[in-house]
Amino acid sequence: MSTAKGMKLTLKVWRQKNAESKGNLETYELEDVSPDSSFLEMLDILNDGLIQKGETPVEFDHDCREGICGSCSLYINGEPHGPGRRITTCQLHMRSFNDGDTIYVEPWRAKAFPVIKDLVVDRSAFDRIQHAGGYISVNTSGNTQDANAIPVEKENADQAFDAATCIGCGACVAACKNASASLFVSAKISQYALLPQGQVEAKDRVQNMVKQAQEEGFGPCSNTGACEIECPKGISLENIARMNREYLAASLAK
Amino acid sequence: MSESKGLLKSHIVKKYWMAATGLFLCLFLVGHLAGNLQLFMTSYEGQLQFNEYAVFMTTNPAVKILSYLTYFSILFHAVDGVVITLNNRKARPEQYAYSKPGKNSMWSSRNMGILGTIIFVYIVVHMQNFWYEYKFGETPYMLSDNGAPLLMDGSEVKGGEIQNGAVYLNGDQVGDAMRDLYTVVQSSFQEPLLVAFYVLGMIAIAFHLVHGFQSGFQSLGLRNPKYSPLIMKAGYAFAIIVPLLFAIIPIYMLIVA
Ligand code: HEM
Ligand code: SF4
Ligand code: FES
Repeated sequence: MSTAKGMKLTLKVWRQKNAESKGNLETYELEDVSPDSSFLEMLDILNDGLIQKGETPVEFDHDCREGICGSCSLYINGEPHGPGRRITTCQLHMRSFNDGDTIYVEPWRAKAFPVIKDLVVDRSAFDRIQHAGGYISVNTSGNTQDANAIPVEKENADQAFDAATCIGCGACVAACKNASASLFVSAKISQYALLPQGQVEAKDRVQNMVKQAQEEGFGPCSNTGACEIECPKGISLENIARMNREYLAASLAK
Repeated sequence: MSESKGLLKSHIVKKYWMAATGLFLCLFLVGHLAGNLQLFMTSYEGQLQFNEYAVFMTTNPAVKILSYLTYFSILFHAVDGVVITLNNRKARPEQYAYSKPGKNSMWSSRNMGILGTIIFVYIVVHMQNFWYEYKFGETPYMLSDNGAPLLMDGSEVKGGEIQNGAVYLNGDQVGDAMRDLYTVVQSSFQEPLLVAFYVLGMIAIAFHLVHGFQSGFQSLGLRNPKYSPLIMKAGYAFAIIVPLLFAIIPIYMLIVA
């Protein structure tokens, strides 16, 4: 147990009953929060208190609590996943804040990510983008070829792997002034575009995924670079450039 | 649901156009600047050279094609820019109550629409000041050092007279008179408010290009680990040097000429 003194915090949390209701920021005071607790543990403490008082706890998404599932989508003090870099909300600790701080907690804001309740948004738009082309079609009926049988250049393999580390958290959308999903979409395109197995469907993939993203209501890319800075996995803008290239080539071809 | 493929509807394609026209306009700026730098020559020869250059720029067929391409680029870039900016906004109907965009992006990256609008207003005023004046206004005429009229090709008509833009010798029309754009520019910039406006326009272009130059390459997919740092640096250099040189001209005209 840490002996550090507990922190006193003022929270401004977005509360919204359901998708239809209006919602507003509610203020909560917390005493004696351990600097060693994670941000989500701090919210658990808040909810314990609310439940004890007979109030409805704050709804927020979380699952793995170790930075791999991408569900802890909170906009904290004006940034996705709070002030840290290369971390998700579940990897953010209260020692990143100061005693007496006021902390704003809001849901992702995007037309394509409608609020379901409180801090929880519907991120199924990402699934539909993925379904539009984020796959390769192979026959798996018992005669699947060993993936390692196809030689892949080391550099391409590394870059494809880096792209594949995207956890679909949506921080890129949340950070972007245009709520653009370009970093996510381009990561999902790149993880195939860089590998021989991805070539067959490459043209359809980029066209369909880009089209789906636009139809879901995500905005255009202004190349501000906010996504790359806020992405917990450090997905590079290089991927967006690749997507732009692939889309141009695909559009010229058909 | 909107049809999002095709040559104009797709967000990405709109950005290809934005980048292509924007980078073409960067090239235009270089050419325009090269011409303008002649204004630093305040001697009679400089004045003559600048006015001959103005004739060349308004009559040469190749320059004509380039200038139509430039008008098209500015208009297309501006309209596309407005459409993109509106689409940008549509994607987030509800804003954050508390946001710190400065933590992850540059101010100019986020305000290209505002900067572009300032540039557009600047271009309209600038065209009115010089382009319109030169073509349709009551521009003074360039005279030779003996005070004789000059034709558009620079030849001197001794004893000639200018009437309605044409040079007459002994009652016969011998050609069109060369206009003195140099003096128009020089006298316009005796007005400090206009100089300030021009400097402001150049500041807007500088901020527009701090983001825009590298962004144009990125939109076209021209990026790789080897060249991108270079493009980035070239972009900053371009965004500072080109508008700065443009801006010095009216200041020079106000103070020195
Ligand atoms: C000398 C004039 C101009 C030059 C050299 C120029 C150059 C550029 C360049 C290179 C870009 C980057 C393109 C990209 O991101 O792919 C850009 C973006 C932009 N320009 Fe211009 N521009 C000029 C005038 C204007 C004008 C008059 C407007 C008018 C409204 C405008 C509005 C915009 C907007 C809104 C963007 C960003 C679009 C986005 O990504 O969200 N620009 N400009
Ligand atoms: S690109 Fe980064 S920020 Fe965007 S969804 Fe993937 S991991 Fe999250
Ligand atoms: S809860 Fe899984 S990444 Fe945060």
